[in-house]
Amino acid sequence: MSVQPAERAYVTEVVEGLPAGAVTERDSFRDQWAVTVRKDALAEVMEALRNRWGFRYLIDVTAVDFHPRNPRFQVVYHLWCHTRSALLRVKTWVEGDPPSVPSMTALWATANWHERECFDLFGILFDGHPDLRRILLPESWEGHPLRKDYPTEGPDWDVD
Amino acid sequence: MGLEQQIRSQILTATLEKFVNWARKSSVWPATFGLACCAIEMICTAANRFDIARFGMEAFRASPRQADLMIVAGTVTKKMVPAVVRIYEQMPEPKWVIAMGACASSGGIFRSYAVVQGIDRYLPVDVYVPGCPPRPEALLYGILKLHEKILRDPFLTRKEGPVVVDPHEVPALQEVRA
Repeated sequence: MSVQPAERAYVTEVVEGLPAGAVTERDSFRDQWAVTVRKDALAEVMEALRNRWGFRYLIDVTAVDFHPRNPRFQVVYHLWCHTRSALLRVKTWVEGDPPSVPSMTALWATANWHERECFDLFGILFDGHPDLRRILLPESWEGHPLRKDYPTEGPDWDVD
Repeated sequence: MGLEQQIRSQILTATLEKFVNWARKSSVWPATFGLACCAIEMICTAANRFDIARFGMEAFRASPRQADLMIVAGTVTKKMVPAVVRIYEQMPEPKWVIAMGACASSGGIFRSYAVVQGIDRYLPVDVYVPGCPPRPEALLYGILKLHEKILRDPFLTRKEGPVVVDPHEVPALQEVRA
């Protein structure tokens, strides 16, 4: 994916403009920027990205399981700015059992279903979500299949 | 030990059974029901090139209450199982099941938490058709095998009487409903 110089300059400007205390890591790979944000500053940073820097579109919310490392989960947000054609990836580490992060439903309505999916498959709680229940699996399902300690074949593989 | 009894068990009953079986196998109506890519091959089988009407089976019924045969065509996910079992239960007796393709027979390539490892864990399968997906000829061959099986069905002369399955007494089905 080719990135135009103006777009690259804009994302660089955004990454450098974020509050220094909130961002723990800045990383660029093939012209795609990713910033790692402290969890307690996540709401503030996301609010600024949406309202000040124009990232009006939340493309995706997903998570990565680094089992058995601690903190174990990393939640990843993909943001898009239509006016500047700019892509930015925001990551945050989540601790605890069950892990929890603040919900982004107040900023982006689409976060509702993305966060439900993330909860369904990873078991990450999103504080402030209006309706946090399973979206893909049956409601009677036990466990969260995309966690690394979940058996790939399912717990009842051998029953007969 | 009267003469009627002799006649009924040896001559008349056997003939009636054969006749009924012949009638049953000559117009098996499948349920219109497909799950994945196997369903495309099943649709092909019903279309003019392969022409399932040659076997009196062109009437794919949209309602399970009018169907005799369930062709489980494709991958059955765990979330789909309650619907599949429900359709099967809505079909009137006598009814038959064909597991079409690798997924319906054994889970196929999907060794996954989300996929049922063979629909025979939930339904009594009569014929398994291998293939991924099976060609229409393979499905037709499976259907001919089912016809042979129906012709041999001793539903009147079976010593232990008809087989009746109460779905409420099968633990696997109860779990599906829960």
